[in-house]
Amino acid sequence: MSTVYKYYRRATDFGTPEITSDKNVTLTIDGKQVTVPDGTTVLRAAALDGINIPKLCASDMLEPFGSCRLCLVEIQNKKGLPASCTTAVAEGMTVTTQSPRLADVRRNVMELYISDHPLDCLTCPTNGDCELQDMAGAVGLRNVRYGYEGSNHLDTEKDNSNPYFTFDPSKCIVCSRCVRACEEVQGTFALTIDGRGFESKVAASQNQSFLDSECVSCGACVQACPTATLTENTLIEKGQPEHHVITTCAYCGVGCSFRAEMKGEELTRMVPNKDGHANHGHSCVKGRFAFGYATHKDRITTPMVRESIRGPWREVSWDEAIGFAAEKLKKIQKKYGQGAIGGITSSRCTNEETYLVQKLVRTAFGNNNVDTCARVCHSPTGYGLKSTMGESAGTQAFDSVMKADVIMLIGANPTEAHPVFASQMKRRLREGARLIVIDPRAIDMVRSPHIEAEYFLGLLPGTNVALINAMAHTVLSEGLEDEAFIRARCEEVAYKNWRKFILDDENSPESMESHTGVTAEKVRQAVRLFAAAPNAAIYYGLGVSEHSQGSTMVMGIANLAMATGNLGREGVGVNPLRGQNNVQGSCDMGSFPHELPGYRHISDPSVRKLFEDEWNVELLSEPGYRIPNMFDAAVSGQFKGLYVQGEDVAQSDPDTQHVEKALSSLECMIVQDLFLNETAKFAHVFLPGSSFLEKNGTFTNAERRISPVRKVMEPMAGLEDWEATQALSNAMGYPMNYSHPSEIMDEIARLTPTFSGVSFKKLDRLGSIQWPCNEQAVEGTPTMHVDEFVRGKGLFRVTPFVATDERTTSKYPLLLTTGRILSQYNVGAQTRRTENLKWHDEDVLEIHPHDAEQRGIEAGDWVGLKSRAGETVLRAVITERVQPGVVYTTFHHPFSGANVVTTDNSDWATNCPEYKVTAVQAQKVTRFSDWQEHFEKFEKEQIDLLQQAQNSSEKVVS
Amino acid sequence: MTKHSIFKVFVPADTTARSMGADAVAEGISRLAATSKASIEIVRNGSRGLYWLEPLVEVEREGERFAYGPVEPDDVPGLFAADFLNSNDHPKSLGSTESIPYLAAQSRLTFRRVGITEPLSLEDYETYGGYKGLEKAVGMTGNKIISTVTESGLRGRGGAAFPTGVKWKTVLETPAEQKYITCNADEGDSGTFADRMIMESDPFVLIEGMSIAGLAVGATQGYIYLRSEYPLAIEVMTKAIKIAYSAGYLGKDVAGSSKTFHLEVREAAGAYICGEETSMLESLEGKRGQIRFRPPLPAIKGLFGAPTVVNNVITLASVPIILAKGADYYKNYGSGRSRGTLTVQLSGNIERAGLVEIAFGQPLGQFLEEFGGGTATGRPIRAVQAGGPLGAYLHPSQFKTPLDYEAFAEIGAMIGHGGLVVFDDSTDMGEQARFAMEFCAIESCGKCTPCRIGSVRGVEVIDKIRNGENEHTNIELLRDLCDTMVEGSLCALGGMAPFPVISVLDHFSEDMKAHNPKRI
Repeated sequence: MSTVYKYYRRATDFGTPEITSDKNVTLTIDGKQVTVPDGTTVLRAAALDGINIPKLCASDMLEPFGSCRLCLVEIQNKKGLPASCTTAVAEGMTVTTQSPRLADVRRNVMELYISDHPLDCLTCPTNGDCELQDMAGAVGLRNVRYGYEGSNHLDTEKDNSNPYFTFDPSKCIVCSRCVRACEEVQGTFALTIDGRGFESKVAASQNQSFLDSECVSCGACVQACPTATLTENTLIEKGQPEHHVITTCAYCGVGCSFRAEMKGEELTRMVPNKDGHANHGHSCVKGRFAFGYATHKDRITTPMVRESIRGPWREVSWDEAIGFAAEKLKKIQKKYGQGAIGGITSSRCTNEETYLVQKLVRTAFGNNNVDTCARVCHSPTGYGLKSTMGESAGTQAFDSVMKADVIMLIGANPTEAHPVFASQMKRRLREGARLIVIDPRAIDMVRSPHIEAEYFLGLLPGTNVALINAMAHTVLSEGLEDEAFIRARCEEVAYKNWRKFILDDENSPESMESHTGVTAEKVRQAVRLFAAAPNAAIYYGLGVSEHSQGSTMVMGIANLAMATGNLGREGVGVNPLRGQNNVQGSCDMGSFPHELPGYRHISDPSVRKLFEDEWNVELLSEPGYRIPNMFDAAVSGQFKGLYVQGEDVAQSDPDTQHVEKALSSLECMIVQDLFLNETAKFAHVFLPGSSFLEKNGTFTNAERRISPVRKVMEPMAGLEDWEATQALSNAMGYPMNYSHPSEIMDEIARLTPTFSGVSFKKLDRLGSIQWPCNEQAVEGTPTMHVDEFVRGKGLFRVTPFVATDERTTSKYPLLLTTGRILSQYNVGAQTRRTENLKWHDEDVLEIHPHDAEQRGIEAGDWVGLKSRAGETVLRAVITERVQPGVVYTTFHHPFSGANVVTTDNSDWATNCPEYKVTAVQAQKVTRFSDWQEHFEKFEKEQIDLLQQAQNSSEKVVS
Repeated sequence: MTKHSIFKVFVPADTTARSMGADAVAEGISRLAATSKASIEIVRNGSRGLYWLEPLVEVEREGERFAYGPVEPDDVPGLFAADFLNSNDHPKSLGSTESIPYLAAQSRLTFRRVGITEPLSLEDYETYGGYKGLEKAVGMTGNKIISTVTESGLRGRGGAAFPTGVKWKTVLETPAEQKYITCNADEGDSGTFADRMIMESDPFVLIEGMSIAGLAVGATQGYIYLRSEYPLAIEVMTKAIKIAYSAGYLGKDVAGSSKTFHLEVREAAGAYICGEETSMLESLEGKRGQIRFRPPLPAIKGLFGAPTVVNNVITLASVPIILAKGADYYKNYGSGRSRGTLTVQLSGNIERAGLVEIAFGQPLGQFLEEFGGGTATGRPIRAVQAGGPLGAYLHPSQFKTPLDYEAFAEIGAMIGHGGLVVFDDSTDMGEQARFAMEFCAIESCGKCTPCRIGSVRGVEVIDKIRNGENEHTNIELLRDLCDTMVEGSLCALGGMAPFPVISVLDHFSEDMKAHNPKRI
């Protein structure tokens, strides 16, 4: 199957957004009968029928505005010339879109536009893709009778402050599309029109530069601009693309669909796909702009091997590298046993690649020592949702939020971590939905332009379960439960048990107040709002899962949703916001040591048999090592070989010093990545990875949506990631002979009931598919658990609150909690190699003014952050976003060492680390920590070793 | 001292009278009264609207009021010397106020109390027929109130002349939890002052009118969007609202109706465009004053997306008398489809400027003659601009047109808010045409292209014509531009700014020439 190439053409724009209505209306446009949903505009009705009415200020991404006056039409029995973008269709309406009178007005309006516009079309960046140019052509403008010496804006200066786009106001036609996109699509309200009349101009915040303004650089304005006023710098540099390919973003779990707009094999720009089901044509700064890492000079494109991690690298051929790795692994197995090696799959790789790695481990390695980075993020989600509802996944589609009346956001920071979904949620909130935020930190959603949480429950880190129990207690004690739903849909005995447990006074908001720090009355009021809503939806993130009681909290959330009947339809549900692009997929693909693809336990003989027959091997029935077990076993000498694909455990996993000790003790560490990441510094074999632009496959986002990833350029190192895995398998003696990832998906579909209807062909046809996709749901399943739960009846689980061991003491009097920032992604390996550094070039420590003052810490001071696990030093930012007693940082830069401080505490059920609670002390210091000094030294040593290898190979070539 | 021995002396306190020295006159009278031991009570009433006579001092004797004017502060000793409290023997005596022809010839319905009462005296207001309309409305259904307003023939006095009852009915019939009454008091047209006079001189009539509107359509909240350049009107309206609240005419139980109506004054943003109704709504919502497209009409989706009545001050102030005296009473004034009275504001180069409320239908020329008394300079009238800065300049050949919405529309003119600005024959009409475009350029909100760029180009093209550059083709271009603005603009500002220009091209074309002797 080959990549679907499309010649470059601007995406069709129907002028105004789609309207859905049960009623259809038939009207006549230019003599043609057109039938459209009631409420549709005349402009859209015409466009749907291929009649293009000239327009400039209208776009189907934006509400009608009616300012450009080009789309005027004649309507029988209507006075004047109504604008077709603001006129709704009516039964029997007769519209004329072309007449001498209309032609005159349109040409004369265009004449006015062009009388204040530079005449540099031939050298203009958007030459060939400019709506103004198109309209001048469409209306037949031949002459500007006003001349060009009148008042104009031709001398206004460009704003080059944003690294990704240029603002050239001399080309602005003041259509307000950028301003409206910032408001309606993105919801940031950073842009406005300043001044009035002829002086009207687009302004960022208080007439600041784009970079200094509130702009979050999502690019919605650039996409909306019909002229060259807001233009991608890559387009300015390279000119118009010549073809485009639809693919899926490789950043967060929103999984935005993009048009990769190409010139040959060179990526000109990424434009969000308006037909994308997860993003509807929107994106964030990362997906749209931060793709430079894919061709960054740091990319390693030649395989490398070495004997010891303190020794020099040697650039070698793929064959040699694979042979070297296979030999080492086989030797280890011979010496230490079959279980001494394992693999880690990556949530950043495709489903097919992930599937292949776990297959490699279970077949070629002959054990179940496979785990994935979801271990350290959403494993409690899988466990908690599976045990209560029967499926390890979120219950809704993103679009479901548009029907929610109350939204409860727990431990998630969508404006930073899931920006495109945050924009959709904000749109719903602006439409009138009400918001409850539960978070230790006052995130943006608590209060930002046109958004305000009705209740902000700023609890203490580590007390989620106490709060959710108090909420459930309120529901039951105040009789707010949905009895009919519970009776019809849930297991009775379990419900009665749970009811008894939750009604115990120890779970009352009053009793829990001392744990959570949230007043009982506030909890009760918030719950009343939640329970009374026709549709109430819960959205949560890692602030729920990354706790010692992460799984308990997920079950607590499921309990609350079941008790209030908020499942099984649109507008409700339990919605985990997944961190990485394919974290759902990597879990689906059998990456966990105890589960085969489709979340089926390895101990089940019938499931094993299915796979054994397909794979021609005998599978072990015992689950293998989880990631933390691998590290422990490595430290104690039983685990010696590891294949890590696209993961950076040395930076992302907690208790860095323990991880480093484990990695240093391995005899063969194979790292497959784009860059020499932190983990690769401990590797013996480096297999150069392929970026998402260099391979075919699929990603599955947070709403179970499987979307295609398409190869738009050849892999820099020659192989797609799955090809390297296949080669390693063959070298280990287990044959794999796929010729295309579609064959891997076919195998997944054969073996996995929830995927049985999925194929690349169907994905091409539908664009994307939400699993389960099988005979019962041929085109997929947007909403789960509609008539019954996947497990049959919903199961209430008893969720006693057990305080974490990680509590403050006189030695460690503060609680550290960690999170993410918009411009950086995860460990930053990608985004640190882009201009996104302009927004966040170091991780900082947020500390409350009270705590700062007590310690004599001032803004910008270096602060030593010490826990029982380790110490690091960060620069202080003093802010009331965090509450007194709580400090906060991010982990996007390796030198920050945030995970040097986090501990080995983890979720009781899944071992998901307790990143969100670490008892720490913070003190003003004058030097970096020992670990940081060691890090710098080690970093330099490893970079030198890399450069030696690269230099020597250059010499050989010359 | 018995009550009847106290003389009431009226000295108007509206902005115009004050600007002409009324405060000093009042102070002088009070000082001299004290010295001469005359027992007087000075009442600061509203203005009668006879502005060429301001400050117009009145004395009440045995229930009748006698006028003196214009009274300068220096005239005060003379008035006392002439015993003005008891006798009319003074050169500035005008006799019985009601008999002054300028006033006697008017039909004061909406303005019936203006100048007579003390603006903030609720007692005065009630004494002179106030709150009779609301009293009736309380006993009526919304539908009944609206049909009364519809039958009266009242049309929007802000300029668009849309039937008020029809607008109210739309709001009534649009289901919504919250509805609003908004009063457009952002009176910004040049040569207009009727709204200000009502608000400064008879504020309760506006409150009463809005309360009736609230009862009629089921709105519980009203806003008066009041021009920021009217500080006195803001002060008086705000005080009057407070008084109405304490008297039970506003609040949770309006005049015992058990219905709620709250009212607030909102100071306007200081832009002409905010007087356009959709811009006004944006501004009331705290946003940039920019035009919204219609439909949806504000009556269906107005303030904060709710069904909203948007009416001008005069429209709302005309409602109480319609309810009090019945639809027929009001309808019996007027001509054709223009029913009731028109409040003409006469200004510019005119001998007798002021407010004239008369029934629709009088020919313009006759009106100017009868009330205006010719130009102040004594030169012949060259043109009259009717309906504000966007209204056409009327040529004397058009003066036979009756003051009637339809008759004016027929000649491409408009009555608008009732402002008539008079120009004598020394006026450079080319300059006036330029001013129309310039005004539009200055006041344009910038949303739609024909207005934003067109008005600037309009000024430039007129300059070229007046400089003799390709006169013929540029006049053609100017006419094309005017057509484009009329056909293409989003609101009336860009859509009507060409009217004065076209009227100059049609009737005063000699003034557009490069060598116009009238140019300074």
